[in-house]
Amino acid sequence: MIAVAPVAAPGAPLARRNPVAKLAAALVFSFILVATLDPVAPAIAVAVELALLPLFGVRYRVLARRALPLLVSGVGIVVTLVLFAADHSGRVLLDVGPVLVTEGVLVTALGLVLRMFAVALPGVIVFATTDPTDLADALIQNARAPARFAIGALAAFRLVPLLGQEWQTIGLARRARGVDAGRNPLARLRLFGSTAFALLVAAIRRGTRLAVAMDARGFDAGTPRTVARRQHFGPADWLLLVGAAVLAGGALAVSVALGTFRPLLG
Amino acid sequence: MSAVRLRGFGWRHAGRRHWAVRGVDLDVAAGERVLLLGPSGAGKSTLLAALAGLLPQDSGEREGIVEIDGLDPRTARERVGVVFQDPESQLVMARCGDDVAFGLENRGVPTEAIWPRVDSALRRVGFPYDRDRPTAALSGGEQQRLALAGALALRPGLLLLDEPTANLDPTGADLVRRAVADALDADTTLILVEHRVADALPLVDRVVVLEPGGGVRADGPPQTVFATHGDALDADGVWVPGRTTPPRHAAAPAGEVLLAAERLGLPPRLAATDLRVRAGEALAVLGPNGAGKSTLALLLGGLLRPGVGRLTATSALAGPDARTPPHRWRAPALTRRIGSVFQDPEHQFVTGTVFDELALGPRRTGQPEPAVRAAVDTLLERLRLARLAGANPFTLSGGESRRLSVATALATAPRLLICDEPTFGQDRRTWRELVDLLADLRDGGHGVVTVTHDADFVAALADRTVTLERR
Repeated sequence: MIAVAPVAAPGAPLARRNPVAKLAAALVFSFILVATLDPVAPAIAVAVELALLPLFGVRYRVLARRALPLLVSGVGIVVTLVLFAADHSGRVLLDVGPVLVTEGVLVTALGLVLRMFAVALPGVIVFATTDPTDLADALIQNARAPARFAIGALAAFRLVPLLGQEWQTIGLARRARGVDAGRNPLARLRLFGSTAFALLVAAIRRGTRLAVAMDARGFDAGTPRTVARRQHFGPADWLLLVGAAVLAGGALAVSVALGTFRPLLG
Repeated sequence: MSAVRLRGFGWRHAGRRHWAVRGVDLDVAAGERVLLLGPSGAGKSTLLAALAGLLPQDSGEREGIVEIDGLDPRTARERVGVVFQDPESQLVMARCGDDVAFGLENRGVPTEAIWPRVDSALRRVGFPYDRDRPTAALSGGEQQRLALAGALALRPGLLLLDEPTANLDPTGADLVRRAVADALDADTTLILVEHRVADALPLVDRVVVLEPGGGVRADGPPQTVFATHGDALDADGVWVPGRTTPPRHAAAPAGEVLLAAERLGLPPRLAATDLRVRAGEALAVLGPNGAGKSTLALLLGGLLRPGVGRLTATSALAGPDARTPPHRWRAPALTRRIGSVFQDPEHQFVTGTVFDELALGPRRTGQPEPAVRAAVDTLLERLRLARLAGANPFTLSGGESRRLSVATALATAPRLLICDEPTFGQDRRTWRELVDLLADLRDGGHGVVTVTHDADFVAALADRTVTLERR
């Protein structure tokens, strides 16, 4: 199951910032880092991200749990590169049968993993500290996103856990009808397909009913919508945005100064 | 305070040959409380959708006049509030207060005015929690009260309720009805569609009965309508108050044990339970929401692996397979021995036609095609589905899809049938047929287990009851 509920202490100074500001800051931070292939800038970025974490009210253990898929794929990248990289430059660190680990391979692998972390962690932090309702509100009020899209997506999002339950029920109902796949992989695939189709039918029905219920409460009225929960985009939010750009730029500057900077393009 | 006027009103959904509703002449004065009745398929829900302005021009063909305070319902939407049947698909937001505020935002109510109106609407329906309560943490009855608050916050002149309690347990349904009774202003017009007439009568002062072929069959105060049309309505499947059904209990004592559950449970959904299921006995499993009744049905049906304890099938049910617990049987073997009927019939449909749906089980268990045809034809006749043999199961009405889901479980002639809330939202005719069908099975030596909230159903059928406690 995808963890979606916010886990931050709501009073933390950066967690309280406007969701759109947080999202934009994360995007700025990540995009600047994509510009380089060296390991130094991402290493600094990851260090900055981890150092700022307490200001977002997220505990390290919680972040580790949220970022578990990221950690797993990090290990995967290192193992794959170490085993299959063609470029075996640098000092030999380990030579056991087919496994040949050199300094060059290790640096490339670590660089890639660091980049992945540096780019992905800001997003993980934003969603760990942001309530989906607040995000939809801020998108409408501060980023001028259409309400029909933002509120519609929010309402659909609320149905996701229900779909999980429904998937299980449909599977059980099929077994009760005498339909199972046993060990045959082809039958298994067919069963998966037909269960997915039944789920799709159920989801469309539910979605249609929800849309009608929303229109019954004037969602399609065309009257200018007001907002029940005001989202402010203040100086502190601008500061977060500028801070993200400055920190990411700083990481790049250090990398250039050390002579390790390798631009992505050119 | 809104008045409704219908003159020769009719609606035909795009692509359909038959009119969903036709020839309706009706005046409802401001402040009247009307119960709208009619057999399944008479067009009650379509009529409500028309009044709510929820039938877009391009979705079908309209004839005659439908007006709210002299306006087309599509332009009079602000005067109308609606509560639908399914709580899960009418709540929009993650927090209760936000959900009530949703409609107010859509209507352009200024921010300062929104929250006082949210609080007052929540108070009026007797909502027991604060605004920040997650909507997902509510019971069905609480969700429906929240939906009612969302409709009332918009101060509708006309409130439409489309079977708002059909999916609820008796406690939840009672809470919702009480909230409706307490929350309505004296001048709010109410039009209610509800199968269980006796429960709805305290809320209304007028009954209107739609005729399936078109027009209005009866209209007046409840006593008068039921005195003059009671028999015809009863025959059509309407729950006329005061009519009882002769019970059908087992004539013979229960037969051999089919399933034995010892400390069977699945924490945290179901606490350890001891139970014996016998042939020739109708067993009803009762208990409040959250006690694990549906989980018990799935465990007895061999569909879930027990978390604790054991479920043993006897050789009377499973022959040589009795040593293996039911959840380890292959599906075709399971469906020959235990049939399960789920709460939502559509979860069980696998094929494209009613005929194939009924043939699926027998084919899966390897019966020859002529035997399959014979078995299917018998079931089609017995459950009044013959005319629908070529129809897609997903296009059937509520009563039809319930009958089909029971029929599919019977197609492989299992010795034990397990039904989860088979009578939810059914009209009286289907209800009566279910009682007779399950009683016939029981008298023929089958075991029948029913998970249900329906006290009338228990009184009419059950030979023994087991009540689960909420943990």
